Amino acid sequence: MENVVEMRGVSKFFPGIVANDKVNFDLAKGEIHALLGENGAGKSTLMSILFGIYRPDEGKIFVKGQEVEITSPNKAHDLGIGMVHQHFKLVENFTVTQNIMLGRETTKGLFLDQDAARKRVIALSEQYGLNVDPDAKIEDVSVGMQQRVEILKVLYRDADIIILDEPTAVLTPQEIDELMAILRNFCAEGKSVILITHKLKEIMAVADRVTVLRRGKYITTAQTSETSEADLASLMVGRPVSFEIAKAPAKLGETVLSVQDLKVRDARGHLALKGVNLEVKAGEILGLAGVDGNGQSELLEAIAGLSPVEAGQIQLLGQDITNVPIRDRTEQGLAHIPADRQKFGLVLQYSLAENYILTNYYQDPYSIRGFLQKAAISHHAEELSAQFDVRSGEGIRSLAGQLSGGNQQKAIIAREFSSQPKLLLCAQPTRGLDVGAIEYIHNQLVKLRDQGVGILLLSFELDEILSLSDRIVVMYGGQISGEVQGDATNERELGLMMVGSWEK
Amino acid sequence: MELFSSMFVLALIYSTPIILAATGVLYSERSGVTNIAIEGVMVMGAFVAATILYYTEASMGDFAPWLSILLAGLAGIIYSSIHAFISIDLEGDQTISGTALNMLAPALGVYLCQIIFGQQRSQAFQRGFVKTTVPGLSEIPLIGRLFFSNIYPTFFLALAVVILTYIILWKTPLGLRLRAAGEHPAAVDSLGISVRKLRYGGVLTSGFLGGMAGGIMVLTQSTQFTASSIHGMGFISIAALIFGRWNPWGVLGASFFFGFSQIFGIYSRDVPLFANIPQEVFQALPYALTVLALLFFSRKSAAPKAVGIPYKASN
Amino acid sequence: MAEVELKKTKKHKSLAKSENGRLILTALIAIVLAFLVAILVMLATGIKPGNFFSALLRTFTGLDFSKAGTDAFFKPRYVGEFIQISLPLIMTGLSLGFAYRCGLFNIGAEGQVIAGILGANLVAILVPWQSKSLAVLAVLAAGLFGALWALIPGLLKAHLGVSEVVSTIMFNYMAIYLSNAVLKALPGSNTQRTIDLPDQAMLTSPWLREITGNSRLHWGILIILICIPLYNILLNRTSFGYEIRAVGFNRDAARYAGMKVKSRIVASMMISGLFAGLAGACLALGTFKYGRILPGFENYGFDGIAVGLLGGTKGVGILLAGLLMGGLRSGQALMQAQRVPLEIAQIVSALIVLFVAMQKAIDFILSRMAKKRRLEAQEMKTQEAADNNPKPAKEEEGGK
Repeated sequence: MENVVEMRGVSKFFPGIVANDKVNFDLAKGEIHALLGENGAGKSTLMSILFGIYRPDEGKIFVKGQEVEITSPNKAHDLGIGMVHQHFKLVENFTVTQNIMLGRETTKGLFLDQDAARKRVIALSEQYGLNVDPDAKIEDVSVGMQQRVEILKVLYRDADIIILDEPTAVLTPQEIDELMAILRNFCAEGKSVILITHKLKEIMAVADRVTVLRRGKYITTAQTSETSEADLASLMVGRPVSFEIAKAPAKLGETVLSVQDLKVRDARGHLALKGVNLEVKAGEILGLAGVDGNGQSELLEAIAGLSPVEAGQIQLLGQDITNVPIRDRTEQGLAHIPADRQKFGLVLQYSLAENYILTNYYQDPYSIRGFLQKAAISHHAEELSAQFDVRSGEGIRSLAGQLSGGNQQKAIIAREFSSQPKLLLCAQPTRGLDVGAIEYIHNQLVKLRDQGVGILLLSFELDEILSLSDRIVVMYGGQISGEVQGDATNERELGLMMVGSWEK
Repeated sequence: MELFSSMFVLALIYSTPIILAATGVLYSERSGVTNIAIEGVMVMGAFVAATILYYTEASMGDFAPWLSILLAGLAGIIYSSIHAFISIDLEGDQTISGTALNMLAPALGVYLCQIIFGQQRSQAFQRGFVKTTVPGLSEIPLIGRLFFSNIYPTFFLALAVVILTYIILWKTPLGLRLRAAGEHPAAVDSLGISVRKLRYGGVLTSGFLGGMAGGIMVLTQSTQFTASSIHGMGFISIAALIFGRWNPWGVLGASFFFGFSQIFGIYSRDVPLFANIPQEVFQALPYALTVLALLFFSRKSAAPKAVGIPYKASN
Repeated sequence: MAEVELKKTKKHKSLAKSENGRLILTALIAIVLAFLVAILVMLATGIKPGNFFSALLRTFTGLDFSKAGTDAFFKPRYVGEFIQISLPLIMTGLSLGFAYRCGLFNIGAEGQVIAGILGANLVAILVPWQSKSLAVLAVLAAGLFGALWALIPGLLKAHLGVSEVVSTIMFNYMAIYLSNAVLKALPGSNTQRTIDLPDQAMLTSPWLREITGNSRLHWGILIILICIPLYNILLNRTSFGYEIRAVGFNRDAARYAGMKVKSRIVASMMISGLFAGLAGACLALGTFKYGRILPGFENYGFDGIAVGLLGGTKGVGILLAGLLMGGLRSGQALMQAQRVPLEIAQIVSALIVLFVAMQKAIDFILSRMAKKRRLEAQEMKTQEAADNNPKPAKEEEGGK
């Protein structure tokens, strides 16, 4: 079969890092070729090179048989290469049509001709079954539709080589199925697809071939029909891995968290939570599943005290904490691993030692009569770094911003665990981390649960929810749409609850 | 009524530089760069316009003021290019850069006056812009009196700039791109459009309009350039932009409000009821009203999402 | 392995590597570039830079080489005078710095200085105390007025998100008009000035005046000597300062950690205003003998921006930067006398701020240089490691 893309011996160096080390990759016409690797394995760098965002330091690239230098995304567009980015690049207060036409505007004389673009968007949307509303503003549409807008942007530019970067991270299982159908549709029309992912199931389900990268190096390319999930996993990580988490049955204690009829408004004044009820018991992990934007984040923020409550009640160990300041909640045994670790979890310009005392800096022994006690702070920091294996260039004096993502997360976990919480709110604890760090964090969570802490775990990765949770609640549209036992459910069932079409 | 119509016309005149400067900053902020340097840009414009007018009015007559503000606009472009370079290419702190340029402008202006005129202000020019009454239109009842009688032609220039700005920013491909650069530069970049060029365009346009605004201010409200020619009107323009919610029509209305607040201060002194109040209170009034306006309109901010954040292009 | 690396980097620590070293280096670069541009401006406008520098030299050292050998060779008055003029600038530098550490850009020191001057004048003229404690009261009043003048912009910022940049500028203009109105209304004032302030309200010191050859050097020095350590201790050694800095770096994380973000924003604005108000005390009770009706801004606040930023918002840095800017300002009369327009001093001060705004670029270049050196060192080390140990080092991943 004819290759539409060939990358030969491509290398890319960043200061101190070899992001790609003589990588080979080729894409045949009409195939779906998955690019597999852990975070930091160099997948995105390789594709950024193909899309003209980075220039390679070594190697050659052929597109449709011609050697090319892809100097900019424009050049990539001209070669028929389009990319659907993991983090959507959409202007929120523009309409779908405006976002799609941006850079390729249709005009009447000097002026924009939005009607022409709109018609083309509708036609493409129908041709590929994308089902988007051309006049909706991006800020008003679902994440799934935003992704289809990104795909339309690529189609609008007549791309026949389509790169999708982790496209399923934010989708429900059903939406993932739809996406896969769309991708197969592309292949049937003669387009070729590169799928960047770390999800093995999807690769096995949809890809024709898979190329594995590890630490910037090319490992292998295989036909999916001739390999298995387990093989791919060990190729990706470089050692045999087991995604099973050893975990004894939960020993439930008293109720640590009780949320009754909770209502919360979001920044725009809409009801993000429309009466949520749930309980977390000591010694259990309660998984909170759902598509992003259905109220899970708002629920955690309300419990943590970061956003005000409209109505309802939150109780921590029987005490009403609905309207008490964050500090009082912390002192009563609430710990919080926030979803956005760089926004909320750390002060990146503070040293590791300073970050370890972020929630209790004012207490003895870290402060006495208002003065910081450097010796006590350092001692505490050394202990935590050693206990939780937080690695940093200059020890506890390293700035948090200089740590790797995994070590940043470990630092937050060290701080929150060491506060001896009764309730831990834990949002997307492993997002963007490599397998080693994920395993470590999962084991730590289970250990904490076994010590009798109640854990409310928010994750958009169903695998993570399923493997850790003792009990799972699913949120849809600001309400709880279902509750199941962790060992008595599956992705399909959860997926249906996540779109609100399951009664149980 | 007589009083009101003359106040109204004066308010339009005092609004003119604010409208132009605020519209200028609109381009800059919509493209993603804050531009508090507008005060300094106006100072440079005022210096250039006052100086050019002094040297050309004898030979060029009625054309001289127009030439002066055009050159003031060009000076504004040059001056704001420093801000553009620091903000866009060097990813510097836009507020600090703007503050530096605001400090630099009066110092440089007066320094050059010392070199050119041997004193700390420019030599007074004979005549700035001349008020006109538009034939025909001024006959319209009420409207003719409010908008078309005894008014500087520069007001119509400012009005035209607002209309043109609306058309450029909302009806052309360039406008779509410029606004996108201020909301989500990475999106613009990923489509192969240069964020850098758009932002340079935004900042330099604000320099041109700000320079003209400074020139018009000195040529309609004063007879020479001094260090305090602009006295905070650049900052008030920024307030007008916030108050006007980053939208040309809103900016127009807000600028008129601030223009009127200055006139109100001037007229209040003559009201017998206020006779015992020191005149300084009325001088302080426009600034106090600006704070009040910010107080009521800051909550629902409509600022472009990426404004003030340097964007590093990926290659 | 990590242990070894730690030791190695410590050994390679150069001026450009350490945090303070980098601050000093970028400040020096900004100063040098600012003076270079000022020289170009002078050359382009036909002014002799030599005159400018000889005026500066004389201001800083009191030395006049054209009069070498005579009594006029060294005049300590210049030194006393430049230190005296530096005092309010150091205070406005601290003012800028304190707010800046809390993530606020308080360019309202100008107005807060004026408020401080007003407070000092009011107490000096209206309070009939006969003892020297009047001076203490007047200084405290100046600080209080400065703090109060920053209160409203602080509240607006904390609770309504109103940009402190725009609101403090507006407060600057209000300060100058309103304080003029009040001063004019005081008993005995005319349209230019108030009556002379009583001696017991003054910070002036015959002794300091004497040892500096009749300069206006005054006890404002004590205010500086108290405020600089206070600034450092407050910010770096107390849990309050820990909160201020956390709010400055990351407001969301500070809130997450349970800090009272809004109250800290207001507090830091008020402390910033307090420092500026004390600058006003230095001016009202030390430099001048009566309250002045100001025709316009005197730029003590704006020059404080240059001082605070150039000093890297660190206490000692602000002290040094304040002395530099004070010298520039103090030399203005000498410059004008040598036919150098005195605005050149303001141009230099503005240029310094401009180059500080480019700090990121300068930093970037410096860190590139430092990194290159470190990489070379690392390369050597990995070479060694590879020789000793055939397996690739595993820790490398964690560091990046």
